[in-house]
Amino acid sequence: MWEIAIVVVLLCLGYGFGSYREKKHYQSIYAREAELKNILVFDTARSPAPESETGGQLVLGNVVISSDYFKTFVAGLRMLVGGRLTSYESLLDRGRREAVLRMKAEARELGADSIFNVKFETSSISKGGNDTLGSIEVLVYGTALGNFQAA
Amino acid sequence: MLISNMEVIPQKRIIKHLGLVQGSTVRAKHVGKDILAGFKNILGGELTAYTELMSEAREEATQRMIAQAESAGANAVLNVRFATSSVAQGAAELFVYGTAVVLDGASV
Repeated sequence: MWEIAIVVVLLCLGYGFGSYREKKHYQSIYAREAELKNILVFDTARSPAPESETGGQLVLGNVVISSDYFKTFVAGLRMLVGGRLTSYESLLDRGRREAVLRMKAEARELGADSIFNVKFETSSISKGGNDTLGSIEVLVYGTALGNFQAA
Repeated sequence: MLISNMEVIPQKRIIKHLGLVQGSTVRAKHVGKDILAGFKNILGGELTAYTELMSEAREEATQRMIAQAESAGANAVLNVRFATSSVAQGAAELFVYGTAVVLDGASV
């Protein structure tokens, strides 16, 4: 009986805090994406106009983001029948976009206007119980170009 | 020391290749922080302590790579890649590698 009560409390906590934080995070992501939209990000290895660009310094952004109890529970149920794990999709999406924003913010501080050769890397930092997703790290890095001199 | 993950830097010429340089560090998680992270697994959200831990560790690996490049006489490391692997439960290796080169140009 107690076990069920604890699970219900954890689910409510996870759902309450988790969805509130996710909403807040998305609002902040949208605002910062609009603010940083003039820094262009490319995953091509070479600049199309190398004669007009200077700079060339590595910039990176990383974030460790964690699942909540509700998301893990819903994903656990979904894994019985297979299909899309929508609760994890939004988690990974937030992590990637946050990391890109941090990288762009670093580039803006240097005075860059574009980032080239962008690479993403995702790794699992810790596993939750029963080998579920606990927390993940997203790293994104690239080379900032623009009208500045690299250190 | 210029660090970049591009193969060619606009307006700079590579005058000498010095080969692969690398740096790595293995870091374990702090027990106290791990317990806090356990709570975060219930509530969700960013684990700021881990974000900082990972970026500090990556910075250290990069410094080791730079030291190696400097001793080889390079003034830039190009085509830099990062790799993360978990070597044991609760410990991760952060590895960074690139090609040490000499670039011409006074600003480097």
